Amino acid sequence: MIGVSRTAGFLTGLLAPALLAGAAWAAASIQTLTSPGGKDYWLVEEASIPMVAMEISFVGGASTEPDGKLGASNFLAAMLDEGAGDMESLAFSTRAELLAANFSFSAGQDAFSVSARMLSENLDESAVLLRTAIAEPRFDEEPMRRVRGQIVSSLRSAETDPNALASRAWFGAAFPDHPYGRPGDGTIETVSALDADDLRAAHRRLLTREGAVIGIVGDVTPEKAGEMVDMLLAGLPEAAPERPAMVEPDPAGAVSVVDFDAPQTTVMFGHAGPLRDDPDFIPAYVMNYILGGGGFSSRLTVEVREKRGLAYSTYSYIASLDRAGLILGGVGTANARAAESLDVIRAEWRRMAEEGVTAEELDKARRYLTGAYPLRFDSNGKIAGILVAMQRDGLPADYVTTRNALVEAVTPEDVSRVARKWLDADALRVVAVGRPEGLGEAVEPAAIQ
Amino acid sequence: MMGLGARAVCAVAAVTMAGAALAAPKVTSFTLDNGMEAVVIEDNRAPVVTHMVWYRVGAADEPRGTSGIAHFLEHLMFKGTEVIPEGAFSKLVAENGGQDNAFTSRDYTAYFQRIAADRLETVMRMEADRMRNLVLGENAVETERDVILEERSQRTDNNPGALFGEQMSAALYMHHPYRIPVIGWRTEMEQLSRQDALDFYARYYAPDNAILVVAGDVEPGEVRRLAETYYGVHEPSGRPPEARPQEPPQLAPRRLQMRDARVRQPYVLRQYLTPTRVSGAAEDAAALTVLAEVLGGGGVTSRLARTLEVEEGVAISTGAYYSASSRDDAEFGLYAVPAEGVDLSAVEAGVDRVLARLATEGPTAEELERARVGVSAAEIYAQDSGAGLARRYGAALSVGLTLEEIEAWPDLLRAVEREDVIRAAAMLRPEASVTGWLMGTETATAGTEG
Repeated sequence: MIGVSRTAGFLTGLLAPALLAGAAWAAASIQTLTSPGGKDYWLVEEASIPMVAMEISFVGGASTEPDGKLGASNFLAAMLDEGAGDMESLAFSTRAELLAANFSFSAGQDAFSVSARMLSENLDESAVLLRTAIAEPRFDEEPMRRVRGQIVSSLRSAETDPNALASRAWFGAAFPDHPYGRPGDGTIETVSALDADDLRAAHRRLLTREGAVIGIVGDVTPEKAGEMVDMLLAGLPEAAPERPAMVEPDPAGAVSVVDFDAPQTTVMFGHAGPLRDDPDFIPAYVMNYILGGGGFSSRLTVEVREKRGLAYSTYSYIASLDRAGLILGGVGTANARAAESLDVIRAEWRRMAEEGVTAEELDKARRYLTGAYPLRFDSNGKIAGILVAMQRDGLPADYVTTRNALVEAVTPEDVSRVARKWLDADALRVVAVGRPEGLGEAVEPAAIQ
Repeated sequence: MMGLGARAVCAVAAVTMAGAALAAPKVTSFTLDNGMEAVVIEDNRAPVVTHMVWYRVGAADEPRGTSGIAHFLEHLMFKGTEVIPEGAFSKLVAENGGQDNAFTSRDYTAYFQRIAADRLETVMRMEADRMRNLVLGENAVETERDVILEERSQRTDNNPGALFGEQMSAALYMHHPYRIPVIGWRTEMEQLSRQDALDFYARYYAPDNAILVVAGDVEPGEVRRLAETYYGVHEPSGRPPEARPQEPPQLAPRRLQMRDARVRQPYVLRQYLTPTRVSGAAEDAAALTVLAEVLGGGGVTSRLARTLEVEEGVAISTGAYYSASSRDDAEFGLYAVPAEGVDLSAVEAGVDRVLARLATEGPTAEELERARVGVSAAEIYAQDSGAGLARRYGAALSVGLTLEEIEAWPDLLRAVEREDVIRAAAMLRPEASVTGWLMGTETATAGTEG
């Protein structure tokens, strides 16, 4: 007999001091700084590894695109390392490889993002190279043709990817009159028509000084980091793009089936949810953890997967876009059991809205959420991302020390209140991609675009 | 990709540089009296710890006819023991503010938790308990079998590229069990029983067949004390995994053409059977790794991309990869996705031309230099993720590499010269290869679209 207790008693001791110390560690070291040129940025100095991670998020992504130019942000992201300044594509990549500098660029609906990982010993030259990509992309004919081909190919493949089909149908129906309802990466038609001038326009619109939100973590001093910030943003237009209007998803509950020949139905469901600045965001976040959040303890996972074996994966999450709040979820389930899975999910949605949670459930959720919070801060790159997310969400730097107390303060009444307010099983918009039984007639994929 | 993140999606690193060792991180090791190896990687940046146990057994060790049992057992390991109630394992970890999961590959099965450093003892006690004391109820097994069947649907059957990968492996490996998918063939998965799982468990789950990896804000002496307390009590099995059936001489190049109505983008994939760091000479594996990097690593600077994408415009995507750290001979792969209007035979011919040229001329000095810079940078960047380091060490040790071999690997990579790459290219023998075309139902075959 080894020393494992028969019950959970010893395992569920109260919050350990180390957990709070973890948050204190990260917070104590966040410096909120302003560059000599007047740009705010956040820095964590971490000299134990000779590298620097940097994250820049430019406010305004695909949702700021004119209708006819859909996909320009995504195309732009793929072009920034395809030639810049006096370097053609091959020369730029060769230079980056010799410096061992990793740059990546991406565009979402709300932001255009830059991630960089650079060695300390090459920091100056790497930052200059990154600045060239950000400020002076070339859009040469050869890479334009090649990258356009890559994007069109991936859009074509998305036509038979059940997750992509579900997402596209869901957002299209939920936001019929808002940019969020459009495919952010564009369509084969729009991308095929985009030229270098369109990307130059997207570049001027998206990469702006005002719109830049910056986090830097690693082996770099504030003096050096400030100079780097000014250098990187030099010459960019000042004003950030105008963002689309705030919007709520179409409130009508609906089930639509997209015909797709596969043994498993891929389901996406959801409805309105809280924005990030909603005073009840934290209670809603805790509520969702219990309903369908990460890990194997959520009600959805227990009821759908553990008890019934209906799916390998099922989940829900609070999707706070900049201009709309959502609660979304998904499940992949055998065609023959799709209706049963959805019934179980709806029942859990109702149970949470009507009954809330028990004190014990809430206690366990709080213990997980507070204990797991420091786990997010486990690499320079991740911390840089967190610094940017906090600034975008309007949170103060000491949020990392107060956040766990906010979670601790959530009561069963808070959870009941937010569950009653937001969860509505009848308002769920459901898109099922596959050949599900008992969910009604299919529409053709073409009809939902 | 050979990893199978079983309980949730979490792929195992199978990159060419896998296992690169690091000069700077503080790595120490010890072995318990019962044969269990342990590695401690100190990282004091945050008060968290990654605790992993790796079993030197994977899908390639399954008894014939029970494909998927290694992975199925991995799921069932979360069901409970005499002291952990059914379904409670992950909940207990979560209630302690931790995250847990597991994954199965061809060569190993691993379980891990990430948690506050002062909870290491809690999770180690639980992990050590389920090494020998698993309890499986018939109902739990029945339900979980439905879960893995849905997992197969989600990962493989919903994805023609994944189905194509299965067909390729089944052709490349004529006899070795790498020909069988980690998730299992559906017909056999449907028949997997509680007894199959218990037999596999009893045979392989023992301390002398396991490796402990602890990374994070810990002190090696304390880790050793805990490991002796919890893992040290288990009796060794005295039975390492058996050698696996090896490939007979491969004498004939194989070709596949697979059609699936869902395929919108055809491509060509070539795989060669090659020796690895474990099955062959480490110097050869290092040379093959650099060959993969020069041919198809990174972005537009690789030979395949530069020639076929940039200069000729016949491909929109290309790449090369090498399973350097597999236990037995494994695949070296090349792929090319044709540009619109270019047929598969043309792009395949292009791949062969690029390969032939590199095999004759070898890499340029600059290509070798870029590869070396990449190796050295990877060592530094790898230190940024304690959990990532833990995975590298665990994966390498569980296929039979030693700590010394792991730590010597970056130097071997940096020592690769032009003639080594030429020698490596000669190891890609057409008779030991499979060339596959994945096509839609409408895709024309050779020569009709060009």
